[in-house]
Amino acid sequence: MTARSTTTAHSIVEATPRAKTIAGTLVILYAVISILPLLWIAATAFKSQSDAIAYPPKVIFQPTLEGYVNLFTVRTRQTPDFIASLPPAATWYDKLVRQHDMVIAGPSKVVPRFINSLIIGFGSTFLAVFLGTLAAYAFSRFKIPLADDLLFFILSTRMMPPVAVAIPIYLMYRQLNLTDTRLGMILLYTAVNVSLAVWLLKGFIDEIPREYEEAALVDGYTRLQALRKVVLPQAVTGIAATAIFCLIFSWNEYAFAVLLTSGEAQTMPPFIPFIIGEGGQDWPAVAAATTLFVVPIVLFTILLRKHLLRGITFGAVRK
Amino acid sequence: MTTIIHPDQLARAPEAKSSSAWRGRGLSDRAIAWLFVAPTIALLLAINIFPLIWMIRLSFTSLNLSMSYLPLRFVGLDNFQDILTDEDVWARLQTTARFVICSVALQVIVGFGLALLINRRFRGHSFWTTIILLPMMLSPAVVGNFWTLLFQPQIGPFNYLVSLFTGVPPSSFSMTGEVALAPWTIVLVDTWMWAPYVMLICLAGLRSIPDYIYEAAEVDRASPWRQFWSITLPMTVPFLMLAVLFRAIENFKMFDMVNLLTSGGPGSTTELVSITLKRAAFEKWRTGYSSALAIILFVTVFGAANIYVKALNRVKQR
Repeated sequence: MTARSTTTAHSIVEATPRAKTIAGTLVILYAVISILPLLWIAATAFKSQSDAIAYPPKVIFQPTLEGYVNLFTVRTRQTPDFIASLPPAATWYDKLVRQHDMVIAGPSKVVPRFINSLIIGFGSTFLAVFLGTLAAYAFSRFKIPLADDLLFFILSTRMMPPVAVAIPIYLMYRQLNLTDTRLGMILLYTAVNVSLAVWLLKGFIDEIPREYEEAALVDGYTRLQALRKVVLPQAVTGIAATAIFCLIFSWNEYAFAVLLTSGEAQTMPPFIPFIIGEGGQDWPAVAAATTLFVVPIVLFTILLRKHLLRGITFGAVRK
Repeated sequence: MTTIIHPDQLARAPEAKSSSAWRGRGLSDRAIAWLFVAPTIALLLAINIFPLIWMIRLSFTSLNLSMSYLPLRFVGLDNFQDILTDEDVWARLQTTARFVICSVALQVIVGFGLALLINRRFRGHSFWTTIILLPMMLSPAVVGNFWTLLFQPQIGPFNYLVSLFTGVPPSSFSMTGEVALAPWTIVLVDTWMWAPYVMLICLAGLRSIPDYIYEAAEVDRASPWRQFWSITLPMTVPFLMLAVLFRAIENFKMFDMVNLLTSGGPGSTTELVSITLKRAAFEKWRTGYSSALAIILFVTVFGAANIYVKALNRVKQR
């Protein structure tokens, strides 16, 4: 009888301690396995060239910053005699490079690419969130004819395959001299992000009770004042979450970037696979670039975890 | 979030007048509504719809950008006919369909399973959930790129681990270079990335089921098995549908991850239709032909998107 009553006390609603332990073990096992590839990349960034391609793959190794140095520099191979004739290495990274009979010839393109990613990411995010907030407010508060159709149209632009969209954009940008420019990429990413921004922000603004604004209007605020002083302060969390989603999209985007940029406006994702050393991909440098590129995303994911569900379903599922 | 509006704040409103006066001042609501929606619509018209219409026009021409000195020649529906009668295109569509079906099915199984386990609310479950969610937030291109390192036959840890457990020599197989393995490789990496997505949506579904339903079932002595089939599953299905439709559309469009992981190879075993399109448009520069192919893909995705939005509305109404 006692056994029966314990099972009833721990129905599916509240799992038994044993069921919890089993579930926990399985989930943790999955989490650890699924995070291993990322940890491997982070570790590879600290390997030397030879450790990175060692067989069997090395788990324990002497960490070095070679990968990071290689990522940020362009090097030339020199004879040991020539290197011996040089004045002593001025910095730790000069020293590191010379150990491999190389001399630093200059900075690599990684910093300009990183800056492109930042400018295009923040530029398109700002524009998308600005336009999205206005449109979302209008959709949320006013009667707009064919509102549902307009909202579906806005969402449907996001459904198009990027490669297909890139064909006419490529032709159009060639005419407008926007190919391989930051402005061109900002406009394109804004157009992609604005659909997400409208849908997400409409959800957030819908949740703010209309009574606050109405009270403000009664007290003599104009609509715009009410929006600025009453609605926006309440929507700050939602706007921030939306902005992070837009930023992540622009940061991660590859198809448009690889098809429409080649140099000036190239962002990190099409650049990283082409970090090459002598004879093929320079894995420690690629891993270093990947790590630097992924760390902000990991931080943002942790920040966003409460809003993730909303973001990935265009606000359809809320929690 | 709690309310931040303080009565004083409202009281300090400029020139507080009688309650009916505010309608007269500033822009009318109608004007504001249009002013606010217009920029977004204008941007989408300029960046999405105008190019789309241009592309429809081009799809009836034989334009080839590598020979753009030739005069623009209209060929009617020839491009569409070429595509729809081309066995290669159908083969690529089949490859894409197989990829979509296999990866979405795996993601549903793994994602739903994980959601059921996480719903047991063991200690630390929210921390581990966040860890599991990380892969789906990454750049698919960067993911495709670093998995090529993990899959290297000689030096990659994946082959090493497989050989550790099975005894197969690690250099005897190549996950990205073999006809028999490559299609599964892209499914595997896609599942690694997106099973968490299905998990997160299913978890929301599971948490939307009120406790009292289970309590009632418990009173009626329904077995846990019976409870799963008659309560848990049916009540999670709308959420699952949403996840499936979204993943299916995304995977139908898949380009970045596969382009970097296998670039369609070996041969054309993993050449998804987006990769075919990219080759036709940006390597062979057959703009007319690829415009037609792009439109065929548009129509397909658009049809699916319609179903998606309908399903989405149904979930929202709950």
